[in-house]
Amino acid sequence: MRGWLWGGAGLLGLVALSLSIGAASLWTSDLNTGWLIAVSRFPRTAAALLAGAGLALAGVVVQQAVQNRFVEPGLSGTPEAAMLGLLGITLIAPGAVLWVKMAVAALAALAGTGLFLALATRIPRTDPMLLPLVGLIHAGILGAVVTWIAWQADLMQYLGIWQMGEFSGVVQGRYELLWGIAALAALLYALADRITLLGLGADAARALGLDYRQTVALGLTVVAAITALVVVTVGALPFVGLVVPNVVSRFRGDNLARNLPMVALGGAGAVLAADILGRMLRHPYEVPAATVFAIAGAGIFLWLLHAAPKAAHG
Amino acid sequence: MAERRLLLLGLVLLAASAAFLLWNLRGPVGFILTLRATKLAALLLVGLAVGVATVLFQTVAQNRLLTPGIVGFDALFVTLQTGLVLGLGGLGLAQLPALGRFAMEVLLLVLAAQALFGLLLRKGADDVIRMILTGVILGVMLRGVAGLMQRLLDPSEFSVVQQAVFASFGAVDRGLLLIAAGLLAMAMLAALRMASELDVAGLGRVPARTLGLDHDRVVRRSLALVSALVAVSTALVGPVTFLGLIAASLAHALMQTHRHAVLLPAAGLLGALFLVTGQFLFERVLGLQSTLAVLIEFFGGLLFLALILSRRRQ
Amino acid sequence: MIEIRNVSLSLRGSAILHDITAGLPQTGITALIGPNGAGKSSLLHLCAGLLRPSGGVIAVDGGDVTRMAHRDRARRIAVLTQAQALGSRLTVGDLVGFGRWPHHLGRPREADRQVVAEALALFDLETLSGRQVETLSGGQKARAFTAMAWAQSTPWLLLDEPLAALDPRFARDLMARLHAMSQTGPQARGVVIVVHDLNAAALWADHVVALRDGRLFADGPAAEVLTPATLGALFDTAFGTVDTPRGRLVYPA
Repeated sequence: MRGWLWGGAGLLGLVALSLSIGAASLWTSDLNTGWLIAVSRFPRTAAALLAGAGLALAGVVVQQAVQNRFVEPGLSGTPEAAMLGLLGITLIAPGAVLWVKMAVAALAALAGTGLFLALATRIPRTDPMLLPLVGLIHAGILGAVVTWIAWQADLMQYLGIWQMGEFSGVVQGRYELLWGIAALAALLYALADRITLLGLGADAARALGLDYRQTVALGLTVVAAITALVVVTVGALPFVGLVVPNVVSRFRGDNLARNLPMVALGGAGAVLAADILGRMLRHPYEVPAATVFAIAGAGIFLWLLHAAPKAAHG
Repeated sequence: MAERRLLLLGLVLLAASAAFLLWNLRGPVGFILTLRATKLAALLLVGLAVGVATVLFQTVAQNRLLTPGIVGFDALFVTLQTGLVLGLGGLGLAQLPALGRFAMEVLLLVLAAQALFGLLLRKGADDVIRMILTGVILGVMLRGVAGLMQRLLDPSEFSVVQQAVFASFGAVDRGLLLIAAGLLAMAMLAALRMASELDVAGLGRVPARTLGLDHDRVVRRSLALVSALVAVSTALVGPVTFLGLIAASLAHALMQTHRHAVLLPAAGLLGALFLVTGQFLFERVLGLQSTLAVLIEFFGGLLFLALILSRRRQ
Repeated sequence: MIEIRNVSLSLRGSAILHDITAGLPQTGITALIGPNGAGKSSLLHLCAGLLRPSGGVIAVDGGDVTRMAHRDRARRIAVLTQAQALGSRLTVGDLVGFGRWPHHLGRPREADRQVVAEALALFDLETLSGRQVETLSGGQKARAFTAMAWAQSTPWLLLDEPLAALDPRFARDLMARLHAMSQTGPQARGVVIVVHDLNAAALWADHVVALRDGRLFADGPAAEVLTPATLGALFDTAFGTVDTPRGRLVYPA
């Protein structure tokens, strides 16, 4: 219970900080404060919270599905697959409306995640470090394809935006798709028990009466949708899905149903903090949240790899 | 037997180089030949150096999946370049004579590489996959740091970094090429002279020691050579991550021997051959620009996955 | 003569060997025996110069083994360790050939090839010499590695559990060969083996060193150490003896 209090208080503090920091000061500028908050600060804060919560939850689902806690979609090729879909639809139908692009990106992300899962089943679980490595290489290969197509089609500029998650461009009217994550999060919460069962492996889950394939497919669809939503609206944010669930489970154990809200809260707070830090580091210029998170996230990952051998058997 | 294959490989490389120089030669012959010869020399040097360095690295690390690039060397280079621009300013760097800048870069890279490889091999000798993963994540973190530093640069300085960190065989200074050639030739000869000791070191630390090899000294020397080889070639043209993996794997597959007197030159020739033919096909025949690095990333990644999957099936 | 003087060893903070003093004679087979975890393998590794003692000195033929040049050491002492894994893909012939490396440093001569051929013949590996080491069975692999140590042609041969993976025929052949080459004569070599099979020691060893909990427990001619009284105290279990045409054997009662 105390964890919740602290978590909630911390998140509220971050939100307040986020609302008050920016290129234009809330208090001294001639701009209407309420207007500034409504059009820019609130959307930006909400976008960071939603993206963070969604990515952290997506990480949990994939970790359960492949039974390895050093894996996350953002480091296993899912965002790259979504970018591939986006490039494809941009080339074939440049005028397509946003939700069509979004749907194509989500489908491509689903295919990419499915491919990774297929790779995962071919690798024995004896070495928990191997799968994340395979995921990174998988992401690298897809990334090379994406770069090549973007280069040939002169779309490198778009690619730069998708690859580097940041929130400076978020204003009213340009982020609302992200509220879809709230719906997906609710869906995941309803499925929490089944996703926990996935973590026992296919045979044990089936023995307990779970429709394994259907649950995996459903879970991955949610993951792909979340990833695509985030890539389209703010750009990729690797490490969120890896670091947050691991840190939460180190402090609170492995009961998924109980942890899911905390994971969502943690992801939201972590990404918002990264964004705030990015805004403060070189005020009034901005450092992308993804850059901040890559440094901090990689650092935490290294710590998990070396200081936490217990976590290796996931 | 293996020697004959080596000879054949040399002849193929000679033919490819001739094709590279003479294909479709028109206009001011002398000028174009000079241009092409410079480029060819850069391709040959880098291919040779990276191939030799990777075999050395794999032998002392006792692992065929490793390359200096995979465990974070390329990211180190990008970070160092950005740090230099940040520290000295784009102008300060531009005012340095080309030779002085090259020497400084090589020196810093050699030192940093020694630290990186030493750290990874010492800490991770008994858990190779964890070591690779650590290197990869360290690479992601270093790229994040570089990205952060790039945000602190102004746009003109930023373009200086951009030019420096992408592999390019086009704009190589001829004076530097000569010096690099000298350095690389010395390092490769030193590696060849160690060939017999490397054969023994390849058995593993304990067997090598029972045979009276000062294994630790061989590892130290090899890593120093690896650092020098990759540092010089990277400072010359920029990073090519997976090239060494391709060259070393092909060398082992084609030569079917443990003898480094054969393996080292074979990997060098294959690395050079891959670069020369790749550049030739893409630039001359297909008329595509600047795609070789992406291509190497793509095929190298696929090869890496194939190696992991086949290794695990045994 | 290998002289072990007041040797102790700690690895990563835990003490493995305490103040051991013993002499291993140049002539005959010396068997190191003792319960699991007594420190037998560690002592063997120390004698081979693969580990550095935390205290004390090990002198091989009068020279401190930790101060020998690596190459000189490898031409004086050959050692077979239990870790028989290889970093590179090798054929059996190549592996045994590496035993000559300390002598030729990469440039094999005719004499080296001859010794390798002998070793392959001696350990019945001729038909396997083109096979990859990793495709061998455990026993074949053990023979290949033993042949490699043998090919080093050193005055001292140190073997850590050479019998563990061998079938009875090869185990007997190996012990007979070691026994023959360790007896007096100009070519005599000192042989030290770690064994768990007490009867292999009873039948073939001339000298026995018994360790328990990292301390020297007994040291002397085989017949004096391998008695029911000593063995009973060493292993905490009663022993009996039985006389056979080949000699006196021991068994846990």
